[in-house]
Order: sequence, then structure tokens, then C-alpha cells
Amino acid sequence: MTIEIKTATLQPIRNTFANIERRFGDKPASRYQEATYDLQGETNFHYRPLWQPQYELNDKSRTQIKMEDWYDLKDPRQFYYGTYVQQRAKHQEATETNYSFFDKRGLTEHLPEEVKSHLITYLIPLRHVEHTANLNNMYGCAFGYGTAITQALLYNAMDRLGNAQYLSRIGLLLDGNSSESLATAKQEWLKNPAWQGMRALCEEMTTVEDWFEVFIAQDLVVDTLVFNLFYEQLDQKLAVMGGRDVALLTEFMQVWNKDSSRWLDSVLKTVASESEDNRALLEEWVQQWRVKTLAALRPVIAAMLDKGDALDIADALLEARLKKIGITR
Amino acid sequence: MVAKKLNLKDKYRALTRDLDWDYDYADRKKAFPYEEFEGIKITDWSKWEDPFRLTMDAYWKYQAEKEKKLYAIFDAFSQNNGHLNVSDARYVNAIKVFLTGVSPLEYQAFQGYAHVGRQFGGAGARVACQMQSIDELRHVQTQIHAMSHYNKFFDGFQDWTHMHDRVWYLSVPKSFFDDARSAGPFEFLIAISFSFEYVLTNLLFVPFMSGAAHNGDMATCTFGFSAQSDEARHMTLGLEIIKFLLEQHEDNVPIVQKWIDKWFWRGTRLLAIVAMMMDYMLPNKVMSWKEAWEVYFEDAGGALFKDLARYGIRMPKFVETTAKEKEHISHQAWWIFYTHGHAAGFHTSIPSAEEMDWLSEKYPDTFDKYYRPRWELAKEMEDRGERFYTNGLPQLCTTCQIPMGFTEMDDPTQIAYRSSDFEGEKYHFCSDGCKHIFDEEPEKYVQSWLPVHQIYQGNCGGADVETVLREYYKMNLGEDNMDFKGSPDEKRWNEWKSKGVA
Ligand SMILES: [Fe+2]
Ligand SMILES: [Fe+2]
Ligand SMILES: [Zn+2]
Repeated sequence: MTIEIKTATLQPIRNTFANIERRFGDKPASRYQEATYDLQGETNFHYRPLWQPQYELNDKSRTQIKMEDWYDLKDPRQFYYGTYVQQRAKHQEATETNYSFFDKRGLTEHLPEEVKSHLITYLIPLRHVEHTANLNNMYGCAFGYGTAITQALLYNAMDRLGNAQYLSRIGLLLDGNSSESLATAKQEWLKNPAWQGMRALCEEMTTVEDWFEVFIAQDLVVDTLVFNLFYEQLDQKLAVMGGRDVALLTEFMQVWNKDSSRWLDSVLKTVASESEDNRALLEEWVQQWRVKTLAALRPVIAAMLDKGDALDIADALLEARLKKIGITR
Repeated sequence: MVAKKLNLKDKYRALTRDLDWDYDYADRKKAFPYEEFEGIKITDWSKWEDPFRLTMDAYWKYQAEKEKKLYAIFDAFSQNNGHLNVSDARYVNAIKVFLTGVSPLEYQAFQGYAHVGRQFGGAGARVACQMQSIDELRHVQTQIHAMSHYNKFFDGFQDWTHMHDRVWYLSVPKSFFDDARSAGPFEFLIAISFSFEYVLTNLLFVPFMSGAAHNGDMATCTFGFSAQSDEARHMTLGLEIIKFLLEQHEDNVPIVQKWIDKWFWRGTRLLAIVAMMMDYMLPNKVMSWKEAWEVYFEDAGGALFKDLARYGIRMPKFVETTAKEKEHISHQAWWIFYTHGHAAGFHTSIPSAEEMDWLSEKYPDTFDKYYRPRWELAKEMEDRGERFYTNGLPQLCTTCQIPMGFTEMDDPTQIAYRSSDFEGEKYHFCSDGCKHIFDEEPEKYVQSWLPVHQIYQGNCGGADVETVLREYYKMNLGEDNMDFKGSPDEKRWNEWKSKGVA
């Protein structure tokens, strides 16, 4: 650069974009703010969607939840694309180290056969649940309102594809990259009676119309129960069975769940405290999906964990979370 | 026996589409309801060839590396007041047009690909669309961050998102993408992935990015090049969707052809803005619009359509018209903006004497004959202190929404008017192409939110133009609009120069 910089002589004429200034006052804004607020088109849409003529292209009434300002649903992680991918890249690097450690040390061979078959029957099929979560979060991303929530739903959807791929790679580690274990696990998912409740639940979730209901069913109810059962309670059982090392391979999902929960709790707290109508609706949805999900999980959990109270433990966790968020009192 | 190892292609399938399964409990059509209404026949989604193979771990890794570099440059750009290195303050108007007109389309692309990334029944296609969706979100956000610094030193950037929803000329790009997103999922892909990303994208990105490079704009140039590697992926998706649809069923061929005809024309109209940017808004020129059209459409597109002929696909309708339009479109478009410069959110100006000579050289058959006299007259008026602005509001084309200022291509002195009657109303068009698009789907285009009609109907906060600009568009009058000469942008630039910082 050839110019001599005399920064003092250069006074900016404004601190940020006008829409940001209207929201937060005339002061410097963060990159998250500039890349989030008011990005989505609000008005003067030219044509109704051929595929949903009852709505505008961007339409608040695609859910029964009502918000005065959908941009209140900000992300406490302040993820915009750049911060999101950099955060996940760090995380995947650590995971890569775990997977190659597992591989190099030949830890697969040290796993008891019983553990391997347990993984193929119960853990690997979860990749299909993650795939469902990918669809459900994409659904909210496409039909949701306001960049604050829709971008976070997209990040979540891509994360779920990532989770499904890590689960698949556990299978590939077990079968030496032949994908036999994936094929077997898929048969479990498709045919094993213990899994059919969950499969039916996943299929049903993808036919629900209200995007916020889908979001509640998947990210709050199903995920709270599944993550506890499959990554905490199953993890403990695997350790007892001699499969402690598997924890290296599921660490990504565990860390991810913490990160994602922080966002989810904050968003839902805001929605629930917006109005009694919202809170009541959230509670109604939660109770419906909670009953269904517990019923769907019962057979597979009974077969996977020989602990009579496993579901109760997970459900108690959900209950505590609902109270913390302010959905139930 | 040792099991056979997966090859890369099969491994990617195992990690993506194999995650899906055939439904037994819920109605799959209810989960993926929009696949049939367009008349497209998909017999076998498994024939989808993944256009690129990127698992999420690799995606995070590569993209994070790109972002790290990109944001390091943005940071340096603002710390060093990189805006002082641009060729001239006039240049900045080109990127005002970009932020207000193009960045919101990146946003709509994010939304559109999210929608098809959920709705396609084939998991391979869904995953490819999801990755494009998040890339497009990247594009809009990096563009905002690149322009964020300019916004602190120049007028016209500050209310880009508010303006995009309302301002008369921004309804041209907005309606383009609204049209694509409101279409069915397959038309959306033919419109955006194929017609736009594959056939026409080089005509949008190369001009803006090389324009930035030639005019000392590091920020824009860097995000442009960084986005290029995403675009390469998007183009492969465009090629795959067209091959896939054409190979799935012969009944798809006429439907796809109809969409190519429509979106090619819609795309060329949208690119009129790029044409005028290249020929009139860049102080340091890159190449003329005509040259760009020849290189990036006529040569590259010609080869592509030759390749598609084996499927029964022909060149888009009205392609002959574009061969004539390349001589005129930039001059006519800039004239529209020059004469309506009081109502534009960026600064217009008369080309300098040297610029006019460059235009004569680049357009030997048309510039001196039709356009130079106009600019010289405008200059005379300006010199007399009577800078010319049109009174009143222009009539807009119902389809592309550009003011009716384009001429008959065989008689550049005659404004082209076309019209159609539908349900007792008359609708006006700028060209045969736009009339044809309307006639194919009149129920859709009668819905167009035409800014000028809306002003007359009192839906834009006032009857007089000034109130609309100030109240409804939230333009800062006397700052954002009018000629570059005498603008606060120019004044500040000259101050920086006189202080020796620029
Ligand atoms: Fe893009
Ligand atoms: Fe793109
Ligand atoms: Zn037109």
C-alpha cells in the first residue's frame, strides 16, 4: 500500500447500516448483527408460491407461534457463516485425531464381538435419526421466519448430516471400509421390531406441517431423550461391556449436543416468555411428542440397555429442561 | 474373507443418500409433496450422479480455511482504510448496486436451496442443494462484511435491505428471484442452477470481480475470488440437474426447454444492470459488455447447447435478439438511470470524453451513431447548469420490471412496446421475450408488484416522488441520489485527496 495513513483525519460518516442503527442505536455493530438482522425480505413479494398459494414466499403464518419480532430469536453463540464453520472446523480436527488414533491403535480389534454387534444394532442405526433431524431442521430453515432463527436451523441441519456421517464412519471402522456394517445396521433400522417405533416416529415427523412444531418435536423432545439414552446411558453400558474406547468416536456428538443445547434453550426461552399463548402451545406440542417418543423408544431401549429406569432417567432430564426453559411450570 | 473396500463414489453414497430409506409408516408423498405438480417425471432418483463429493467434516475444514483468510483481509482493509485505494469515488457506485441489488439475491438463493434441499425426494440431490444453500448464505454475509467498511465512508449502502424490498429498479432483481422461488422445485433448479449459475453466472461475477480488481477494491475482489470455488460446485450441480432431468424421461424435454427459454430471457434482462455497470460505472474498464457477452455467452454457451442437442434441447428462444442487443443494452440502460438519477440510490454521471472514445472504439457500429449525440447533449445541458432529469415516472415492463426504455433492435430510435390482454386488462412489455414469458403464465405475472403502479395507487406512502423516496424508500435525499458531481461522496473524496490520504 502506497498511501500514507492519517487515520485521524478520516471520520466515518456512520457506524453501521441503518437497519442496525434503528435497532441498537448509532454505535459500532458486531459482525453477527450486520450479517443477521433484517436480511430476509419482508414485504412486496411479487408472486405467490405455486406450491403453497395460501402463503407469501416469506410468511409468518407458517407456524401458529407468534412473535412480535422474529429477530428476538438471536443465537447466543453469535454464529454467522464464518464463525460457524471455524468453530466446527476446530471441533472436527479434534475428532479426526480421535478417529485416526482409534484406527492406528487397531482399537477395533480390541473391541469384544458383543460390543461390535451392540454398536451395529443400536448405535449405527441412529444415523437414520440424524438424517431425519437434517430434514426437519432444513424444513424450519426453509419455512421459518427471520434470519436469526433460519440461519441457526441451517447450521443445525448441516451438523446433523455431519453427525450422521460420523456415525457412519464408526460403521466403516468396524467393517474395514466395506460398508457391510452400515448395510446390516440399515436392516436393523428397517426390519428389527425394536426399531420400528422410532422409524415410524421419524417418518411421521417429516409430514408435520407447522415448522415450529417440527422443531420442537425434533430438537427439543427427540434430541433430549435420544442424546441422553444413546450417548450417555449407552456409553456407560459400553464401558461396562469393554467398549470404553467407543467414547472417542462419539465425543463429537456429545460436545455438539452441549453447544446446540445452549442455543436451543435460549431461543425457546424467548419464545415461551413472549406470551402465554406461545408457552401453552409449546407445552401442548411437547406433551404430544413426548408421549409418542417415549412409546417409540421403549422397545429399542429395553433391548439396548438392561436398565428398567433408563427411559425415566431421560424423561426426568427432559422435564428439568422444560422447567428451565419455562415451558412447564 | 476380507470384504471389498468401498471406492470413493460408493463411500460418498454410503455417507449421504444411503441415510434415507423407503417409508413404510407415513405417506412419503406427504413428506415430499412438491415433486409432481410441474409435470416432471422422475423414474429413478438413484440415477442421480453426485456432482461433487464433500462430506461435512471436509466442508467445515476447507470453508473455515477460506473464511480465515478472507476475514484477515477484511480486517486489514478496514484498519488501513482500503477504500482510499479505489480508482475513484465514482467506482463505489458499482458496489452500491451490488449490495442493494445482488446480495439480497444471494439471500434468496440461500432460502431457495434450503427449500429444495428439504423437498427433493432424492437424498443425493437434497444434500447437494443444502450445501449450496449454506454457501449462498456465506455469500450474502461475506458481501455485507466486505461492504460494511464502505458503508462507513460512502452514502447509499446504509439501507440496502429495506431498499431491496421497495425501490423501483430493485424490483427487477427481486422479482427475478421471487419468480424462481415461487416456481416448483425443478423449475427453480433449471432457473438458478442451470440457466443462471451454469450459463450466465460468469457474466455477473467476472465483470464485478475484475471490475473490483481493476479499480483497486481489495475487499470486493477478495470475497469474489473466495466465492469462486463455491461457484465451481454450484455449476456442477447445474449441469447434473439438467442431464438428470433429460435422462429421466423424454416427457421432461419440452418442459425443460420451456424453462430454459424463460430463464435465459429473464437472466439477460437482469444482466442489463451488469452491462451498464461495465460500460459506464467503472472508471477503469475491464472489457465492454459486448465483449463479455461474446466470450461468456456466445462462445461458452454455444458449445454447451451443441452438447445438449443430443437430448433434443435447442438454443434458448430469442437468442438472436440478444446478438443485436449486446450493441445497445448498456447504453440504453444507463440512459434510463441517468435520466432518473434523482430517484436512484446511487450516483449517475455522464461518461468523460476519454470514456466516450473508449465506447466508440468498443461499439463502432452503434455508439457514435446513436448514443454519443445523446451524451453530448446531456453534457451541454449540464455545462449550462441544467443537468437533465426526467419528470414523472416510467411505465414498467410487467415481466422484467425494467422501465420501458429499450428500443426495437432493428430500429434503435424506436422504443419497443408489446402488450397482451388478459381478463380484460392490458399488460405492457419491453420485448417479445418478456411478452412471451407473460403469455405462458399470465396468472403468475398479473401478480407482479410493479413499483410505479404501486406509487400511483398510493401504496408507497405518498403521491409525489420526493415523499416516496424519503419516507418509503428511506433514501437520504441530496446524499444518496442525484449526479455524482456535487455529491457528498465526491466532496469527501476530494477532501481526502487534498489531505493526501487518497
Ligand atoms: Fe452465490
Ligand atoms: Fe452460487
Ligand atoms: Zn421486460
